[in-house]
Amino acid sequence: MVQLLQDKDRIFQNLYGLNDWGLDAARDRGAWLATSAMLAQGKDWIIDQVKASGLRGRGGAGFPTGLKWSFMPKEVGNRPHYLVVNADESEPGSCKDRDILRHDPHLLVEGCLVASFAMQAHACYIYLRGEYVLERQRLQQAIDEAYAAGLVGKNACGTGWDFDIYMHHGAGAYICGEETALLESLEGKKGQPRLKPPFPAGAGLYGCPTTVNNVESIAVVPTILRRGVEWWTQFGRDNNKGTKVFSISGHVNTPCNVEEALSIPMKTLIEKYAGGVRGGWDNLKCVIPGGSSVPLLPKEICDDVLMDFDALREHQSGLGTAAVIVMDKSTDVVKAIARLSYFYKHESCGQCTPCREGTGWMWRVMERMVRGEARTEEIDTLLAVTKQVEGHTICALGDAAAWPIQGLIRHFRHEIEERIDNYRAGKPVFVSGAALEAAE
Amino acid sequence: MSARRMAAEQPATFTLSKKAEREINGWIKKYPKDRQRSALIPALWIAQKDADGWLPEAALRAVGDKLGMAYIRVYEVATFYTMFNLEPVGTHFVQLCGTTPCWLRGSDELKKVCERKIGAQREIGAGGKLTWLEVECLGACANAPMVQISNSDGDSYYEDLNAENFEQLLDDLVAGKKPKVGPQNDRHTSEPEGGALTLTTQNLSQARGTMKKLPNADKKVAINYYEWDPKERRATKGGWVDPKAKASRDPKKRKDGGDKSAGLEDKPVFAARPARANKAAPKPKVLYTDGPTDGTPDDLKKIKGIGPKFEADLNAKGIYYYRQIGAWKIADIKLVEAEALARFPGRIKRDEWVKQAKSLAKKGSK
Repeated sequence: MVQLLQDKDRIFQNLYGLNDWGLDAARDRGAWLATSAMLAQGKDWIIDQVKASGLRGRGGAGFPTGLKWSFMPKEVGNRPHYLVVNADESEPGSCKDRDILRHDPHLLVEGCLVASFAMQAHACYIYLRGEYVLERQRLQQAIDEAYAAGLVGKNACGTGWDFDIYMHHGAGAYICGEETALLESLEGKKGQPRLKPPFPAGAGLYGCPTTVNNVESIAVVPTILRRGVEWWTQFGRDNNKGTKVFSISGHVNTPCNVEEALSIPMKTLIEKYAGGVRGGWDNLKCVIPGGSSVPLLPKEICDDVLMDFDALREHQSGLGTAAVIVMDKSTDVVKAIARLSYFYKHESCGQCTPCREGTGWMWRVMERMVRGEARTEEIDTLLAVTKQVEGHTICALGDAAAWPIQGLIRHFRHEIEERIDNYRAGKPVFVSGAALEAAE
Repeated sequence: MSARRMAAEQPATFTLSKKAEREINGWIKKYPKDRQRSALIPALWIAQKDADGWLPEAALRAVGDKLGMAYIRVYEVATFYTMFNLEPVGTHFVQLCGTTPCWLRGSDELKKVCERKIGAQREIGAGGKLTWLEVECLGACANAPMVQISNSDGDSYYEDLNAENFEQLLDDLVAGKKPKVGPQNDRHTSEPEGGALTLTTQNLSQARGTMKKLPNADKKVAINYYEWDPKERRATKGGWVDPKAKASRDPKKRKDGGDKSAGLEDKPVFAARPARANKAAPKPKVLYTDGPTDGTPDDLKKIKGIGPKFEADLNAKGIYYYRQIGAWKIADIKLVEAEALARFPGRIKRDEWVKQAKSLAKKGSK
C-alpha cells in the first residue's frame, strides 16, 4: 500500500482557494516566514540548498533548478541580472500554475525574492499567459500587498536588498512558454524562439543575464528552505524528489488538481484523487501522462508505472508538466491525437520550415488516418516525417508535435491499420468500445 | 501558424481614451527606461478593450505612436498573437476550448450549441450580442469543458459545462444577466466534484509558527516575525510575536475568503514603483552650428540606425558631421534624444552611433 501525502506536507495549502489568498492568511499558512533569515544566509547557501534538494524544474523539461541558477554569472557586471518567471501555462492538460497564481500567489512572490537574491537579480518579471485575466489581477494585488508591507521593494524584508517585481502578460501564444520566445515576447516582439547559444544565463532579457523558471519551481523554494532539505527529500525516489501538483483531466470520474509526492503510482493517483477511470480501471485505454507533448501510454504500462521523470522516460514518455490526460475505451484515440496535431499546427510560430510545414502536413495526414482514407504504407511515411521534424527546429515545439504521433503509432498502430481496412471494406471506420458492447 | 488578416472595413480614426492612456503609462513604468516597447502587448490589450473588443488599424497606429514604434512592428505583433481580434466581435465574445482535454469531456456538444445559437465561427450572431471562436487550450483542463467569455465586465472562465447549462449561460448573457463565473456545477474551483479530498485539515501552520531557526543554516540568524513591517514592529515592540495572537490584533481581515470574483476591483493593474532618483545632470556639450559651415555635410545615413528622417531631424538641430556625433557624451545623447529623437529612446546607445561616427570621421580625414 502506498503511503499518500499528508496535508501537513503539502506546500500549496490553499490550492483550491477554499481559504483567503491574501497576505494575512498566507502568513498564517507559513508564507513570508523567515524570509529575511534565508537571505541573511547568503546566495551561495540558497543555491546549495536548492541543489541539495534535487528540485527539478516543474515546467516540463525537468532540468535541475539549483544547477540552472548556478549558470548565472557569479558577479554582477555592467548588465543587471533578471529573473523571469514563466507563468505562460498553455500545455494542453496542464492547469496547475493557475491555481498557484490565483490561490497561493504569496508563495510565488516570496519565491521570486529568494530566487532573485540567489541570482543577484534586482528585478523579476512574471509572464502570465494572456487568457489568465483574473489570475493576473490577483497576482498584481498580491504584489501590491507585498510592496505595502515592505516585503518587496526597497530594502525588501529589511534585508537591505532592493527588489522590484513586475507582472507582465502575453496575448495567446503557446510558443511563448518556450523560454527564449517568452523573452522575445516580453521585449514586445513576436514570440519566436531565439537560437541558443547564447543561453539566457549569458544574454537573455534585454541582452542581460536571465534565468527563466516555471511558477511551481519558484514557488516551492521558500518552503523547501523553511522546512529543510531533509523534509523535501523524503518524498519521491532518488533523482525525482519532492512534491508536485498533478492535473488530472479527461475520462475520470472527478477531474481535479492535487499535490502529491513524486513517484506515486499512476493508478493510485487516478483512483485515490480523481475518482478512478470512468467505468472502472479496466475501461482504461491509454493515458497521456505529462501534457500533450509527451507520448501516450497504453493501459498495460499504466497499470504499474510510477509518476516521475525517470520512470516515465523508461517507457519513452515523460513527466512533462504532470498533466495526466486519461482516455477510456470509448475514445477515438486517433482523433484525440489528430486534435493535438491541429493544436501544434495552430501554435507553430512559423520560424523554422520543418515545423511550420511539418505540423500542417502531419495534421492533414492525421485527419486522413482518422477517416481511414489512407494506405497502410502511409503510416510509415508519417512516422518518418515525424522523425524528420524532431530535432531539426530551433525550439522543442517541433519535437512536441512529433512525439504524440510517434506514441500513437508505437502503441496503437493496429488501430490505425484496422481503420484503413474498415474504410476499404466499406465498414464503419470507428466504433467506440462502449457502443460495441451495447450492440452485442 | 494561422493566417490572420485585418478586417476589410476599418474605422477612419481611433483615439485612446484618457483611462487607457493612463493605464499604458503605468505599464511603461514597469520596464527599464529605453525599453518601453515591452509594454506593447499590454498596451494593445488595453486598446482592444477600448475599441469594443477588436483592434482596427487606427488603434494599432495609436498604440505605435504612444510607444514610439513603427507601425509595422505593432502590426506584426497584433497579427501574431491570437487574443488580438482583427475583426469586430459581438458584445460577448465566446472562446470555446476545443483541444483534446476539453474534447474528451464533450466540447463538441458545446460547439453544436454555438453553431445553433450563434452561427458560424467569427460571425456576429444573436442580434449582435454573441460571437464565438474555437480556441486552443485555455489552461483549465481539470474543469473541462470550458469557455472564456470576454465582454465589458472582463474575461471570465465558465467551467464544467454541458450542453444544457451552456445554452442557459448564453441565454442569460443575451438577456443581460450576469451568470456565475467559474464552475457551473457545485465545484468551488479545481477540487474534485463532491468536495476536496485533500487540504481538509486546517491550521496546519501553527506548528511552523513556533520556528526558531532555519534548518541547515550556516549562520545563526534569529527569526523575528513581522520584523520588517513598521506597523507590526510597533505593535510587537520588535520582539517575537505569536501568530495566533495576531488575528485579534488585525481586525481588517479580508472578507471575501478567496472567492473568485470578490475583491477584484477594477483598479489599474500596475504597482506603485518608487521614483528614480534624479541625478544632477552634467552640462551637455552638443556642437550646435547654424548650418554646414565648412563645405559639404557628411552623409549621416552611413551610420547604422540613421535614415533620411533622422538625418533631417539631426540637421534641423544643427548636427551635420560625424565628428559632432563622435564627440557626444552621455549628457549630449540625452539632450539629442529629448529634442530630436523623443520617440526612439535608447537607440543612439543601442546602435552605437558615437562609435560608428568616430570611425567614419577617422576614415574621412585620411
